[in-house]
Amino acid sequence: MNVALAKTTTGAVLDGTFAAARGRLPGVGTVAETRQQAFDDFARTGLPTRRIEEWKYTDLRNLLRDVAPLAPAPDQAALAQAAKLVETLGTGDTQKLVIVDGVFAAGLSDLTSGGGVTVHALSAMLDDATSATRADLLRSRIVDPMIALNAAFATDGMLIDIADDAAPARPLHIVHVATRPSVAAFTRSLVRIGNRARVTLVESFVATESAKAYQAHDAVVIWIGDDSDLQHVRVMEDAGDAANIATAIVTVGARTKFNTFSLTTGGGVSRYQSFITLAGVDSELSTNSVHLLRDKQHGDCTFVIEHAAPNCLSRELFRAVLDDRAHSVFQGRINVHQIAQKTDGKMMSRALLLSDEAEIDNKPELEIFADDVQCGHGATIGALDDSLLFYLRARGLPEKAAQALLIQAFVGEALESIVNDDLRDVAISAAERWLESRA
Amino acid sequence: MAAVQETVDRVRQIDVDQYRYGFETIIESEKAPKGLSEDTVRYISAKKNEPAWMLEWRLEAYRRWLTMEEPKWARVEYPKIDFQDLYYYSAPKPKKTIGSIDEIDPEILETYKKLGIPLREIEALEGVVRPEGERRIAVDAVFDSVSVATTFQKELKQAGVIFMPISEAIREHPDLVKQYLGTVVPTSDNFYATLNSAVFSDGSFVYVPPGVRCPMELSTYFRINERNTGQFERTLIIADKGAYVSYLEGCTAPQRDENQLHAAVVELVTHDDAEIKYSTVQNWYPGNSEGKGGIYNFVTKRGDCRGDRSKISWTQVETGSAITWKYPSCILRGDNSRGEFYSIAISNGYQQVDSGTKMIHLGKNTTSRIISKGIAAGKSQNTYRGLVTAHRKATNARNFTACDSLLIGDQCGAHTVPYIEAKNASTLFEHEATTSKISEDVLFYCVQRGLSQEEAVGLVVNGFVKDVLQQLPMEFAVEAQKLISISLEGSVG
Amino acid sequence: MTALLEVKDLQVRVEDREILHGLTMTVNGGEVHAIMGPNGSGKSTLSHVIAGKPGYEVTGGEILFKGEDLLEMEPDERAAKGVFLAFQYPVEIPGVTTMNFLRTAVNAQRKARGESEYLVPDFLRKVREVAASLNIPMDMLKRGVNVGFSGGEKKRNEVLQMALFQPSLCILDEMDSGLDIDALRVAADGVNALRSPDRAMVVITHYQRLLNYIVPDHVHVMSKGRVVKSGGKELALELEESGYAQYEDAAA
Repeated sequence: MNVALAKTTTGAVLDGTFAAARGRLPGVGTVAETRQQAFDDFARTGLPTRRIEEWKYTDLRNLLRDVAPLAPAPDQAALAQAAKLVETLGTGDTQKLVIVDGVFAAGLSDLTSGGGVTVHALSAMLDDATSATRADLLRSRIVDPMIALNAAFATDGMLIDIADDAAPARPLHIVHVATRPSVAAFTRSLVRIGNRARVTLVESFVATESAKAYQAHDAVVIWIGDDSDLQHVRVMEDAGDAANIATAIVTVGARTKFNTFSLTTGGGVSRYQSFITLAGVDSELSTNSVHLLRDKQHGDCTFVIEHAAPNCLSRELFRAVLDDRAHSVFQGRINVHQIAQKTDGKMMSRALLLSDEAEIDNKPELEIFADDVQCGHGATIGALDDSLLFYLRARGLPEKAAQALLIQAFVGEALESIVNDDLRDVAISAAERWLESRA
Repeated sequence: MAAVQETVDRVRQIDVDQYRYGFETIIESEKAPKGLSEDTVRYISAKKNEPAWMLEWRLEAYRRWLTMEEPKWARVEYPKIDFQDLYYYSAPKPKKTIGSIDEIDPEILETYKKLGIPLREIEALEGVVRPEGERRIAVDAVFDSVSVATTFQKELKQAGVIFMPISEAIREHPDLVKQYLGTVVPTSDNFYATLNSAVFSDGSFVYVPPGVRCPMELSTYFRINERNTGQFERTLIIADKGAYVSYLEGCTAPQRDENQLHAAVVELVTHDDAEIKYSTVQNWYPGNSEGKGGIYNFVTKRGDCRGDRSKISWTQVETGSAITWKYPSCILRGDNSRGEFYSIAISNGYQQVDSGTKMIHLGKNTTSRIISKGIAAGKSQNTYRGLVTAHRKATNARNFTACDSLLIGDQCGAHTVPYIEAKNASTLFEHEATTSKISEDVLFYCVQRGLSQEEAVGLVVNGFVKDVLQQLPMEFAVEAQKLISISLEGSVG
Repeated sequence: MTALLEVKDLQVRVEDREILHGLTMTVNGGEVHAIMGPNGSGKSTLSHVIAGKPGYEVTGGEILFKGEDLLEMEPDERAAKGVFLAFQYPVEIPGVTTMNFLRTAVNAQRKARGESEYLVPDFLRKVREVAASLNIPMDMLKRGVNVGFSGGEKKRNEVLQMALFQPSLCILDEMDSGLDIDALRVAADGVNALRSPDRAMVVITHYQRLLNYIVPDHVHVMSKGRVVKSGGKELALELEESGYAQYEDAAA
């Protein structure tokens, strides 16, 4: 085996980390081989640097320096802490699937199947030697070093299957809890949604007080069939010195609606990269992303939307509010394939800079090979409007309150996109927590 | 629907062989030996009677170039260029030393006449009676590698404006050249700029002294004639405090089966309260309908708003070349300085365009404006690539960007790759981009009113590019409008 | 008794230009003062400085409000103390519904004064009542502040806020600009309903027209940054006849 040395800033050899982790990683045979291949793919580039165009503004080799050692499986104390935290999430009545430090916590989760919903832990499926296709669970169509790294190390995650015509009453809710400092958790979930199904999927990233400087590496792969509807909400409130590097790979069928929302207030270094392919005709995609960042937080929101079928509509909306020395990155690319006539694609990115030291990098891209299309993007960067602030202050609002009101309005459009009332409230209160801690 | 289909069909049969400037001038020329080495650099420098410092400058660039690699990030594809299979210097063989414009090879004069460029001041004055107040244009004509004629020298001299081939400026105004050459585009800037620094043979030099408004438009026409010749011109324009100059450049080349390389460098410097307006109509040979031949246009253009309240405005109409790789940029260093970029880029046949601009906001209260119109037809690829960045100290930086693309036919591609970066809160950047095709309803409306299909498309295209055309000096705008129609000929009329 | 508003020898600069060169005026409770003058005479500057808009540098003089130094206060403190500026051009605030804005502002002012916050039903009842009197449909209050409002609607929204906040000093900056006669009458009726012995109004206007609807007790003519003449309401009519030209000369 010819394994190149994995490059990290410190020059440390990740090989050792991988070798040490192997014994704990679920799956043998083809699964183990797939992991090795994935690791080799990662090792060829190492942590991405700014020299890789897709990672130009998020140089992980500089920001992360290294991949932390694999988190140990949670003990009883960790599980107890996690259980407490999950209770405070306030997401209403959801079917919770809790993953603690990268390991599925059956005791904290609701594995009820029925009504067309089937749920399994990924680790169990990887270990299932009778499944000929189990190695596929670690494969993906996107070539990216961090997705490869995730495949090599993934310890657990959820496997969710929604049958044709199913419409589960409760949202499915994957909760990631970090409890330990200076370790890395690798999770991977796969969600398969049949035809004519209606589903709400929630993802939360939270941490107990003892979790510091940890890394959460996550990947979610979603297939949505025809005539279906998926409402997706992701709220990332990881510790302010943690890293959260996550990928969503979504394939959307015909006449399907996919509405996804993400809020990032946590993480010292974060990237949420989504690769969404509109593979069937007449589908509608709506993405709404919000960054509320402060201190020295670095947040990256990256979208690659493939219009691979005719007559689809996509709307991407991004809002960033940046205080102190925060750095936000938005990269949004719309690729319109030659076959995708009648595409209607629009993207709007707006950033609000509250501090002179905050920084925003914006790269909205259009790549268009079909002629009968309407595509556009817009981007604005600016500070709070002085005349609006004065108007509010002249009406009696103190400065911070006036700012807060304008910030709420600024991110309001994105928050309003969440259809489910409980979930919208969860996102709004996460945003309010951020605003209150400013004052 | 049928009407639209017809348009699409026409685009498919696009005939870029109609290139109107594709004639060749048969004249004797003097060339450097094929290939590139230190000797080639020395040969060029010697031919130009350059001082020793200039040769050293070139050699340093050449040595650096040897260590560099071709940039790969642009969205263009082409076979590897064999830099040893090119001539780096070609000059029309002089029958004797040219003393006046009358002694220029009549073949060359004929060429410029065919191109519609008046080199003879007398001609410009006789012939057609010019309307009162019409602006006159001083022309510097560059044929292959050397400048063959510069008109209105005397009148410009009276105003204190220096306008001459850069080869002459190196000899006659060495201090000015030394002071500015390579300060905006350093010799180490990029692969093609470095190559240019080593082997550039001619180009224009303009210096407008403090407080002077240049009395006429200055213009350079570039013509690549010789086979297998690279053209590496170098232009340097300096507007001293409070000065103003408008400069136009036009480019053509004969039709040839093989690709020709054009790697120019243009440097602009404006001091306090100065303004330079730089307009380009680029119509190098784009290659034939099978994508054979055509110019590789790899150009580095950059302006430095060095002084406070200074302004640099780029306007370009890009219709030619097999490949265009070009990003006229502004470094907004002075406080309250302003940069502008207005662009029309049309690609047809197998043309590949990767063009845009960089607005680098460094000073306080700097503003910039980008208006880009890309039109892709045939099997071409048309990319806008741009950077707008505000540094930490560039308080109150303002940018407005609008880049629109129009697609004609379903075999082409239009791409938009903007980079927008802000490092301080007082920044206000606005960016918008759209991609669309010509509306069937609009076409039908026009056709119903009696326009032919071609006329209707022409009308829409002209409306689409109007904002940018308005930025061109009047004489050029008319020319450019014609050129746009010609570029889309066979497809739209 | 202390005057409600005392402006003493006020000098104001914007960037490098002095706009007000020593302006003095006194406004008592219950009075309506009109400030008239040509464009550029400094009328709007005065209103902005009283409300505390950033960008103006007070280089001399003082402004006392109920005996307190107004210039030392932040704009929101002034509002809580009872200073209300009806803007010439009320801004649009997309994403903030008018209702939410009104509630936030009222409660911020009450909080600053140490009063308890309005209960939601009480507040709603109050808003409904005032809105009805001003002919403002409740639908309008669900929209973003002033977003998509006509000129008349924006001005009515200003008067609505005035009625809700019950300030002791109302400064109406060019309230008639952009209004047709009907819209003007509705807005003026709203203002007149608020006249009371413990509240003063300063009506800034270029034209006499507005003063037919809001009749002043005192009229001041401003020119080139000073009050050049003061008088009763008849002064406004006089101005209508003779124009501002004579005063421009007087100021020079």
